[in-house]
Amino acid sequence: MITNHDIVMVGGGGAGLRAAIAIAETNPNLNIAVVSKVYPMRSHTVAAEGGAAAVIKDNDSIENHIHDTIAGGDWLCDQDAVELFVKEAPKELIQMEHWGCPWNREPNGSVSVRPFGGMKIERTWYAADKTGFHMLHTLFQTSLKYNNITRYDEWFATKIIKENNRCQGVTAIELRTGKVQAISGKSVIMCTGGSGRIFPFTTNGGIKTGDGMAMAYKVGVPLKDMEFIQYHPTGLPGTGILITEAARGEGGILVNKDGYRYLQDYNLGKPLNIDDPNHPVKKSMELGPRDRLSQAFVGEMEQGKTAPGPYGQVVYLDIRHLGEKKIDKKIPFVRELSKNYASIDPVHELIPVRPVVHYMMGGIDTDITGATSLPGLYAAGECACVSINGANRLGSNSLTELLVFGSRAGRAAAKFALENPKIDTHLLEMQAKDEQERISKNFFQKKGGTERIFTLRKEMHDTMEAGAGIYRTETSLKETCNKIKELKDRFTNINIEDRSLNFNTELTSALELEFMLELAEVISHSALERKESRGSHQRTDFPERDDHNFLKHSLAYQTETKPQIDYKDVVITKWPPGERVYG
Amino acid sequence: MVNRNKKIETGETMQLEILRYNPEVATEPSFQMYKVPFHEDWSILDAVNHIKNEIDGTLSYRWSCQMGVCGSCGIMINNIPKLSCGTFLRDYYPNKISIEPLDGFPVEKDLISDIDDFLTKLTDIKPYIIRNKGEEKSLDEGEYRQSPAELAQFKQYSMCINCMLCYAACPVYALDSTFIGPAAIALGQRYNMDSRDQGREDRQELIASHEGIWECTFVGECSAVCPKDVDPAAAIQRAKVSSTIDWFKDVLIPWRKKK
Repeated sequence: MITNHDIVMVGGGGAGLRAAIAIAETNPNLNIAVVSKVYPMRSHTVAAEGGAAAVIKDNDSIENHIHDTIAGGDWLCDQDAVELFVKEAPKELIQMEHWGCPWNREPNGSVSVRPFGGMKIERTWYAADKTGFHMLHTLFQTSLKYNNITRYDEWFATKIIKENNRCQGVTAIELRTGKVQAISGKSVIMCTGGSGRIFPFTTNGGIKTGDGMAMAYKVGVPLKDMEFIQYHPTGLPGTGILITEAARGEGGILVNKDGYRYLQDYNLGKPLNIDDPNHPVKKSMELGPRDRLSQAFVGEMEQGKTAPGPYGQVVYLDIRHLGEKKIDKKIPFVRELSKNYASIDPVHELIPVRPVVHYMMGGIDTDITGATSLPGLYAAGECACVSINGANRLGSNSLTELLVFGSRAGRAAAKFALENPKIDTHLLEMQAKDEQERISKNFFQKKGGTERIFTLRKEMHDTMEAGAGIYRTETSLKETCNKIKELKDRFTNINIEDRSLNFNTELTSALELEFMLELAEVISHSALERKESRGSHQRTDFPERDDHNFLKHSLAYQTETKPQIDYKDVVITKWPPGERVYG
Repeated sequence: MVNRNKKIETGETMQLEILRYNPEVATEPSFQMYKVPFHEDWSILDAVNHIKNEIDGTLSYRWSCQMGVCGSCGIMINNIPKLSCGTFLRDYYPNKISIEPLDGFPVEKDLISDIDDFLTKLTDIKPYIIRNKGEEKSLDEGEYRQSPAELAQFKQYSMCINCMLCYAACPVYALDSTFIGPAAIALGQRYNMDSRDQGREDRQELIASHEGIWECTFVGECSAVCPKDVDPAAAIQRAKVSSTIDWFKDVLIPWRKKK
């Protein structure tokens, strides 16, 4: 079985939908497919809260946004990519406005902006604190007007089809029937998001299992800078639910168990009183970058200054001084989430928070058009690494990134499809047949599997948190590498109780775990090889940044035994590496 | 300071009675009982995930964000449509909880409903900004100006997460699935009331049709169950009022009719 399209998007979140619309607008004759394991409006873009960065106000400049991004990324960003990203950002956000995104407004009707961590000037466009939700629904609803977009809702992609050294589509399971088939595309864009679910505490939804990254890796495309995992400093303990940085952008403060604003002890500046008209000071204290704030939490914990909770140690986010009116207008979701999931009302009480895994800076290695090393395969959004995020992404750059690079990848993939029309459908059908057999043999026909998905997943969580978390050492990483290897071996003995074809969510959980184990191995090996500390990658045995040896992107390739880690230079144009100064 | 993130484990258990249905092997749905540990901070989804992870891998249901915004996990809990991630064991303890797929939709398997009908209706209602030809602003001209008051006109209707709870609660949709239904009408109104939009007449044919607003008997169940306070009943009511005004205008001032 096979269905044919010109361009296939895998993933229907912000990047996938933006790419699909870009193609539809480029050429209404192109036949576009969006393949998603969920209905597109369920995609995790929906959970982004704080906003999207782009220079629009007179007090800001392109240069400012570029510099904030590069310094925030600890100089591991490709500067050509950052420059075009920042320049194209305002147009993309205005486009969203024209499509109906309900941005918050100034009294004169222009869009409002708010400050975010690591920013010199406030430049984050926002729709209260549900910006990702509104962007995703705006994109999804807008996509409904193009009749050349075919959706494959609830189709689970399992493999990239490579023939004649070219990507020619994917195989996917129709969840409703369990049927495996080929969906061919003259070009394919991976837009499958990140993989926070490799870790135990994460802001990421259950669907964020890194499928696209793993699929690309398995056909020989390198994964870049995978050691860089962003911990967001303010997640709810237990659930990992995100409490947006906008809470601090609006003036919220972080305190330890003694009520002390501890960030002042971590080279992030001196606190102003919360009543001071200049509070919060940009790029200072609570508006420092995410990596540094998460690391400060560990410092407090080690000194016994955090508070114990049922899910481990916490500090507190205090937004009481903002008052009920401002909280309800600017960050109502923070109140809703705190009430529901922490049983506290932040108008009157402190919110317990801890750092939680939020975002992967690394991903499928692409150029500035979204192209990968495999002809016909493109990637955009969190699953891609262009690189604009370097060693630490700046808050509110990711929503903008999926627009700018979703759009770029869409245009480039459309061009490739028009120039390379020939597809070998017979070979693709053969591959789909092989894939059906592989799944059937590995999961359905097997007798006597003894490993539970849940057990392996939990052991993966534990070893990633222990060995490849906020602080890492050679010893901890080696242990994690060994443990993941063991888990991969044990995975071959997995037990699937559900043998039905329709909506076999146990099968998809197993396939997701298989993807995640692959990526966990890449992350821990990439981290082991990077013998320096930079941005979100902190090695206690190599505490300094080492530009001489490691001002480089890591590239992980799959081999028979373990990931092979190579390096390539960072593109430095006008902004030579410097010190990151906050405070 | 006191840690206010409350306790987790009590040693108590609760019973969940879940309606199971796999059309590949059964002709009729049937209830299955599960015992789960009672945790005061667990959502129903946490309990269902516990069953899937540790007791019964065959149980099928949808979920993702766990924070009430992706709209995947709507089910019937004690006969009321709710998001399983936003409903908590503590609100039912120590009583047994009954869990079923959403009312009003065909069932694919266990708690998974077929919601394709909604996707078709959403598409038909044209939920996107429509501008008159030649009146589109170019990107170089910047954003459309929209005052906070104009934003407030439609903002509430834009909060719909497409969770389908309103359809499950709607007595009209239960009897007649041709009814466009609360969420789709609210989203149509969301664009009708947006100061940037000029497409009301394009949507009007469907909204003002028999399958549209006039079928609604204004029971208000949709607004009662909406987890995001979208208030689709109000959207339908407003659409009725403006459609009536349209009708009177057309009858009383016929020369006004259409460009």
